[in-house]
Amino acid sequence: MVIVGGGKAGARAIVGLRGYGWEGSITLINAENLMPYDRPPLSKAAITDEAEPLPTSLLDLDMMTSLNVNHMRHTSAIDINRGSQTITLSNGSKVLYHRLLLATGAAPRKIPLEGGERALTLRDFADARKIRHAFATGKSVAIIGGGFIGLELAASATKYGCKVTVIESQPRILMRGVPDEIAGHVAARHASAGVTILTEVSVVQINPRSVVLTDDREIDAEILIAGIGAAPRTALAQKAGLAIDNGIACDTKMQTSDPFIWAAGDCCSFPHPIFDNMRMRLESWRNASDQAVTAVENMMGASRDFTAVPWFWSDQYDLSLQIAGVPGLGLSTVRRNLRDGAFIVCHMDADGRLVGASGIGRGNTIARDIRLLELLIGKKARPSAVQLSDANFQLKGLIKTDIAA
Amino acid sequence: MTKWIDVCATSDIDAEDVMRFDHGGQTFAIYHSPDGKFYATDGLCTHEKVHLADGLVMDNIIECPKHNGRFDYRDGSAKGAPVCVNLKTYPVKVEAGKIMMEIGK
Repeated sequence: MVIVGGGKAGARAIVGLRGYGWEGSITLINAENLMPYDRPPLSKAAITDEAEPLPTSLLDLDMMTSLNVNHMRHTSAIDINRGSQTITLSNGSKVLYHRLLLATGAAPRKIPLEGGERALTLRDFADARKIRHAFATGKSVAIIGGGFIGLELAASATKYGCKVTVIESQPRILMRGVPDEIAGHVAARHASAGVTILTEVSVVQINPRSVVLTDDREIDAEILIAGIGAAPRTALAQKAGLAIDNGIACDTKMQTSDPFIWAAGDCCSFPHPIFDNMRMRLESWRNASDQAVTAVENMMGASRDFTAVPWFWSDQYDLSLQIAGVPGLGLSTVRRNLRDGAFIVCHMDADGRLVGASGIGRGNTIARDIRLLELLIGKKARPSAVQLSDANFQLKGLIKTDIAA
Repeated sequence: MTKWIDVCATSDIDAEDVMRFDHGGQTFAIYHSPDGKFYATDGLCTHEKVHLADGLVMDNIIECPKHNGRFDYRDGSAKGAPVCVNLKTYPVKVEAGKIMMEIGK
């Protein structure tokens, strides 16, 4: 078994293979010269912690050894010969595969403007260190993109006393991610921390210490950050002639167009059985992990569909945001108010089916109800507006009775 | 010497639910199982120190509110990735409608 990519999906796949009883060889081809580590802390603790950060290891050397993994660090896969089932590596050597998992992740988009190369992006541990050291100077920070990465970095920058401006081209932040009322809550929290959020403007010119916007304003930007999304890393798959469709195209079993190659995580798209087989690509920690588990199970001969309900979280300041399902499929919403000002917006489709839930609150106030709503989404449940809006109504009861459509 | 600490009344925790309990600088999670028994574990998940009292109890399983790590709260056993280290459990007894736990030294 060969795995390309040493992120969350790759690491989880290794544990999964051994867990399912695979006793043969496992090779991990990892472009980074580090043991596989967790990425969620990179925008937060790795930047704000007082102590110089270390990567949060997913598999340390001892675990790699006990799992008997051939870990090829600082090595990239540059070519796949599907006929001979051989991968050519950056060091010129070749590796044979019986089954192959592509977990190549996604790469941050760059700003297509002159001077755009000075914008820092965040993807790996080295990026986080660079941003940490830049923030530590306490200078002005302009962040292009009011998405999750941009906003988490904005929150982290305020801890160093930086003057932070977020520049969002859409009418509001988190336009694609969350409903209006949650975005408003997040924006208010940023405003109280001193972050300036500018909407419906974009950068037209990058100067050495500032940027110029579409409305001619000049914004201080000694440090410039690009948080404008990420593109799936598909070059290797594309070169090998695998089907590509907003990522490496998989079926419901996470298998690519080649019967010996699977994919998992940010790099691939797949049809989701719970949402009428709508093709989606998800960039999230839990998805990378869950898809890796399904992929390796199928690599070992099972035939299991990937049906996990999408789930995502973002931490900013003392606020935690969680999203389950696909809120974008909803046509109407029901609000569920919880304690301490926390709330969840439940998203229903035209038939009254619960398709998404987005919540925000301090700490993990919303976690339990979001989890229950996630289970209901997975059951294609149609809870009533009365049940959803009443915080005292126990959602757990709905899960135990069969209310599937 | 064993020392039993008062936690709360049995009626303070719904069946199939969990509550946070802090004592002597330590934090715990106290569970009420669907079959009416009470259990106590360390409060923080062994994975990334997230408090389990915000998590979901389903049957005899507590699920971490952040990363979905699962434990059987009756014996603290970890139920697979991302959690691989078991949760410490503590003796619990019920006397006159009160839950008590033994924290040890």
